[in-house]
Amino acid sequence: MKKPSRAPFYTVIGLLVIVGLTTAWMRHSQMEIPFIPGVQKPVWLIEARIDFDATGEPVTARLGLPDQPPGYRSFSEQAAAPGYGYSVVSESGVRRGEWSKREALGPQTIYYKTQFIEVESGAEGASLPQAPEAVHVDWDGPSQETAALQVLDTAWAKSSSPQSLARELIKLLNSDTLDQNSALLLSAQTDKSALLEKLINQAGIAARPALGLYLEDARRHQNLTRLVQVYDGDHWVLFNPYTGEQGVPENLLLWHTGGESILDVAGGNRSRVSFSMIHQTVPALDLIKAQYKDSIFSVLSIQHLPIEEQSMFKLLLLLPIGALVVVFMRIIIGLKTSGTFMPILIAMAFLQTSLVLGVVSFVSVVAMGLVLRTYLSRLNLLLISRIATLVVLVIFIISALSLIGYQMGFNTGMTITFFPMIIIAWTIERMSILWEEEGPKEVMVQGGGSLLVAVLAYTLMQFSLVGHLTFNFPELNLVALALIMLMGQYTGYKLSELRRFRAMVDNAEVGKLDAKPEDAGKGTGV
Amino acid sequence: MSQTSPAPTKPAASTLVASPAGVKRWWNSWVSPWNLKRMGILGMNCRNHDFIAAYNPRSLFPLVDNKLKTKLLAEEFEVATPKLFFVVNVQHEIAHIEDKLMALDGFAVKPAKGSGGKGILVIIGRRGDKFIKASGAEISIEDIRRHMSNALAGLYSLGGKPDVVIVEDLIQFDDYFKDYSYEGVPDIRIIIFKGYPVMAMLRLATHKSDGKANLHQGAVGVGLDIATGRALKAVQHSKPVTHHPDTKRALNEIQIADWRNWLLLASKCYEMTGLGYIGTDLVLDKERGAQLLELNARPGLAIQVANGRGLLPRLRHVESLKERMHRTAEQRVDYVMKTFTADGL
Repeated sequence: MKKPSRAPFYTVIGLLVIVGLTTAWMRHSQMEIPFIPGVQKPVWLIEARIDFDATGEPVTARLGLPDQPPGYRSFSEQAAAPGYGYSVVSESGVRRGEWSKREALGPQTIYYKTQFIEVESGAEGASLPQAPEAVHVDWDGPSQETAALQVLDTAWAKSSSPQSLARELIKLLNSDTLDQNSALLLSAQTDKSALLEKLINQAGIAARPALGLYLEDARRHQNLTRLVQVYDGDHWVLFNPYTGEQGVPENLLLWHTGGESILDVAGGNRSRVSFSMIHQTVPALDLIKAQYKDSIFSVLSIQHLPIEEQSMFKLLLLLPIGALVVVFMRIIIGLKTSGTFMPILIAMAFLQTSLVLGVVSFVSVVAMGLVLRTYLSRLNLLLISRIATLVVLVIFIISALSLIGYQMGFNTGMTITFFPMIIIAWTIERMSILWEEEGPKEVMVQGGGSLLVAVLAYTLMQFSLVGHLTFNFPELNLVALALIMLMGQYTGYKLSELRRFRAMVDNAEVGKLDAKPEDAGKGTGV
Repeated sequence: MSQTSPAPTKPAASTLVASPAGVKRWWNSWVSPWNLKRMGILGMNCRNHDFIAAYNPRSLFPLVDNKLKTKLLAEEFEVATPKLFFVVNVQHEIAHIEDKLMALDGFAVKPAKGSGGKGILVIIGRRGDKFIKASGAEISIEDIRRHMSNALAGLYSLGGKPDVVIVEDLIQFDDYFKDYSYEGVPDIRIIIFKGYPVMAMLRLATHKSDGKANLHQGAVGVGLDIATGRALKAVQHSKPVTHHPDTKRALNEIQIADWRNWLLLASKCYEMTGLGYIGTDLVLDKERGAQLLELNARPGLAIQVANGRGLLPRLRHVESLKERMHRTAEQRVDYVMKTFTADGL
């Protein structure tokens, strides 16, 4: 008989491992599911508070909302304003929250809360599909215009690109010894950011205002800082018109960009917005639950199932680990167990009961069952009814034990009802037969083997890391599957055989039966 | 101990920590896998994977797992086997089993799907209305009924499946083995690989094994030379023995008569079942000679201990032989009797 090539088999094994590991890795890197349980992620909770006095007419308050600011990712937002309708609208690429009420009078307060996670900021943001155009600038009178042109000329001469132009302009406007032209411009337009924006637009380069929020832990009544974004032909680049700093600083959240006002209120006056913020941590897994609902990787996430199904999956996905332990202990170690996969079910029961209690109650249930079984064997019952009788008796034993445990004050006593009763009944039956046929020693060997495998499987399954990995990365079970299949191809010696066949090495020289010469011809064999 | 006594300051430690001698003894109770490999010993995983799975088609297993099927097949292929008296198929037949049993002197009750000798009840005679077991113990008809009922319900079968019970003729113990076996029929296990007998052992029941011929229950295993049928080595519980522990007969005198016939009988089971790797259990009947008792598609590994050699070299040798090199059982037996000698392969 020809041996089939093993290459396809190993290819399948390799594929299983690769698919399992890469899916896990992709999900880790794309969805940020941590590989280690209990990882906490820092989060900024920012609260915007809008105050205004309503005049009694229908009120519409609109607040510009952050839209994918660089370096941060929003994962939750909520608005709190009693009696107001709320919706998020997008107008010409700007996200706005809109609160509306038919009738309101007197001071009004609206809260908007949002949470941001800090993320690795990529490039300056995606390049724009369509280059923005510089807006036309009007100056107050010819003297202003002349001054502006001269300042621009100075900066233009010293620069080569939109960025360097912006930097030179900021330097000129912030220098200790202001030249005449700058001083003139600043006297008319005291807000440097607005002035800078005008100057750059004058030069034919697009620039727009940007409102940023400096994040500092536990700050209240913060205001937005006005900055300038300059278009460099590819991206919007942020400049601080006071310091000349280029790019988005680490602790700056870009709340609002563009020329539109941040807040406008119809039907109210004296409106203002202020911000408070706090730095907090939340479990990383909660973050995942809240986001990525639409990611293709989330198809594999069990977190999106109802809680009841989740806890079932939690146990179910641990089973392959138990199976792996059983396969390892039986093929590689060569331990005898009674019933192939009984140890896994026992281990699952241990997960519910806790180990010591589980072992004690398992052993006592089986021991009591064996005693009752010896009586049953005298009754001469048919096998099926004997097993059924045992099942009922096992239920009685377990109920009695848990009731006694409860009366004695162990609430945990109730958990022994998690034992798989039918399996225990069969175990008792098999062990009883084994006892009659092979003696108590074999019962101890197999029962002890089962218990040992169960305890090992339990130890592995109760590690929070194992539970975390199997639950959050179900695809890792493909790796367990590959290992199980690989062990199915193991044809080497079991560990127990290294002991079992020791005798052969010992006997190699001794114990040879030398036939006496006179016996040699006795047989009629050829 | 001749060693100078250790410092008396730490007597507690020496009891807690295993003594170096103990560790060494424990370590020596293991053997390296390379050592086993060099001896050509077949391990459980290798047997299951390379031989049973590769040469025994699953569909043919019922032929050997079901003793009734084996028996009918053996009759068809004219392989000698103990006579089948009758079959008990359903529980209600047990109620009037008495009449049928009373007509018999000695008989063996076997569950058709029993494994490892489980559920075999051997009755060698009667005293009054009691039946005498092979061990000499008396049992009542009720005990036999209970036994049959259990067997029908599947107590002894693999996976607890419902079973049938066969009642067959008792083997009339040949006197040659009288002094070699205690309270039970000795049998010869021959491993047949692709029709070639590769290893043989004689299993002798002892008091310890309760008349059963299973090595792990304490029976004595005597390795037999394939070429001559002479005893090579004997073990009980993996320990070498030279004499039967109960009858005190020297085991080295054993020489199976008509050895070639035994091998032929075993070898024919290959054509009979189509299974590549089987263990054949044969017994010697006083009048009818060698008889096939049962076949085993998963023969154990203990035969290697009894023979003091590994199965692998012979199995690999048979694998390397050309297909149809030997077409008949006779040719194969002649070949192995030349090849698998005590000092050769």
